[in-house]
Amino acid sequence: MKTPARTLTPTAPKKKRSKLARREELQGYLFISPWLIGLFGITLFPMLFSLYGSFTNYDVTSRMDFIGVGNYMRMFTEDPLFWKSLYNTLYYVAFMVPLTTIGSILLALMLNERIVGMRFFRTIYYLPAVLSGVGVYFLWIQLLNPSTGLINTMLGWVGIPGPAWLSDPMWTKPAIILMKMWSVGGGMLLYLASLQGVPSQLYESAKLDGASAFRRFFHITLPMISPVIFFDVVTSFIGGFQIFQEGYVMTDSGSGGPMGSLLFYNLYMWNQAFQLFDMGYAMAMAWVLFVIVLILTLINLRMSKRWVYYEGGED
Amino acid sequence: MKKRSARDTLIFMLLSAGSLLFLLPLWWMIATSLKSPQEIAQYPPTFIPNTFHFENYIHTWQAAPFTLYAFNTLMLAAFAVAGSVLVNSFIAYGFARIAFRGKKFWFSVLLATMMIPGFVTLIPQYVLFSKLHLVGTYYPLIIPQFLGSAFYIFMLRQFYLSIPRELSEAAKIDGANHLYIWARIVIPLSKPALAAIAVFAFNGAWNDFLGPLLYVNDEVLYTLQIGLQSFRGSVQTQWNYLMAGSVIVLLPVIVLFFLFQKYFIEGMNLTAGTKG
Repeated sequence: MKTPARTLTPTAPKKKRSKLARREELQGYLFISPWLIGLFGITLFPMLFSLYGSFTNYDVTSRMDFIGVGNYMRMFTEDPLFWKSLYNTLYYVAFMVPLTTIGSILLALMLNERIVGMRFFRTIYYLPAVLSGVGVYFLWIQLLNPSTGLINTMLGWVGIPGPAWLSDPMWTKPAIILMKMWSVGGGMLLYLASLQGVPSQLYESAKLDGASAFRRFFHITLPMISPVIFFDVVTSFIGGFQIFQEGYVMTDSGSGGPMGSLLFYNLYMWNQAFQLFDMGYAMAMAWVLFVIVLILTLINLRMSKRWVYYEGGED
Repeated sequence: MKKRSARDTLIFMLLSAGSLLFLLPLWWMIATSLKSPQEIAQYPPTFIPNTFHFENYIHTWQAAPFTLYAFNTLMLAAFAVAGSVLVNSFIAYGFARIAFRGKKFWFSVLLATMMIPGFVTLIPQYVLFSKLHLVGTYYPLIIPQFLGSAFYIFMLRQFYLSIPRELSEAAKIDGANHLYIWARIVIPLSKPALAAIAVFAFNGAWNDFLGPLLYVNDEVLYTLQIGLQSFRGSVQTQWNYLMAGSVIVLLPVIVLFFLFQKYFIEGMNLTAGTKG
């Protein structure tokens, strides 16, 4: 990209040009300055502080002694709750990401058809996705009530005895994942926008060649929307590791639910930091989380080269 | 043609059944909020309340200061909307329309920050705000809204790149500076994108639970989310009141959704448009 100043004064003397360019430069930094302040002030500086803090026994008020890798050692070797919370989170991510991805693609495929009432359907399916927060969690506690809740009532209609959901350690995480499925409408819209961008000639010529609907889906639709699938998978992956509120609100203020089955990583970190004020340990946990998410995201990126198709080459 | 319409009918029926499933939870919430405690405990449960107890809403509203919570939440949401619309578009303009040394570098840093899980910065940010003696005030919730959000900046930058350069070049020849071009040319042209960001920012602030949970401890400063959570402690298992409270908190978002659906969808389209 050329600087506009240069295009305007292509033959101007060098001194004047650089003065203009410098003004341009200054304005550029002026415009991004709020973000730069935020980057250093509330992201990088705090992160560096927490990196150092993770090697101490910091408690906000009085002590901050260097204890080497003590926090990390304790985490890996003598804290079963760390492993439990990591397991709970990985379990949640491992099921939530594929289920919501497949769910929203299927929904988008159906909502991409030309059918009566399509606008109405899109609205209905998207609505739950904009709802979140405590109200939604309360609603689902009610829906998941083992005896009088909606879910088990409906399961009863088809002869399935519903589980005890939020009070059965086996079923607490599936319950949360079920709740997440209610908001697949957000991802659906993302896929819908990208499905509408697939050129219809592609389908027409494939049809002429006698390709079945099945083949058209796997050889045209999927490759064409693969960049959006990739984006959706990466963001819901990172988002999945953030799970906290569900565990906090749907168990008694962060107790972690029956047998700690809803003690998610962030919830455990939160308890360490803000209930026990073991900030050093919590910061070490945060860094371990960061490294895990980073590695998994890099694996995602690496694998994407095999299955993501960029029309017009990669950028 | 016959085959086509059979397929359409099948999809129509699937979608109808599915949309019933998607709406039932909301219906359940409203129905439960209007029931008596006896009826809620009754088995099998009723889909339509035998008697409608509208007074549940009055009791709920009186049992906790929801008016105050709503006012607080609206105030925070107003800051969030103002901050994210103005600041993100300002920053995005810099990344999209001004040439300066190091732009590529800073932009890739911006993209990288999107990969940092929020919980990694949560604790040290709390330490920072506590050292500044700002814990217990709204500042930790408001200040970050004015420092840009990587995701919105990225979205808007893509949008600004698509605005024809000729428009701003003409103004430039007339001697306009970037501030003028941003305020007078780019902002008016990006109204739909900014409206999308405004609804997202409002919704985000309205639903924010973590922020107020961490930084607010005085009940006078409670937001609706925190208020509703603490309301549970005071009504225990009176689910008619809890559901009425949930309806009160969720209804404004539902109304907003139907009023500004276009912008909610616009926002998702922008998001999809930034990929590929």
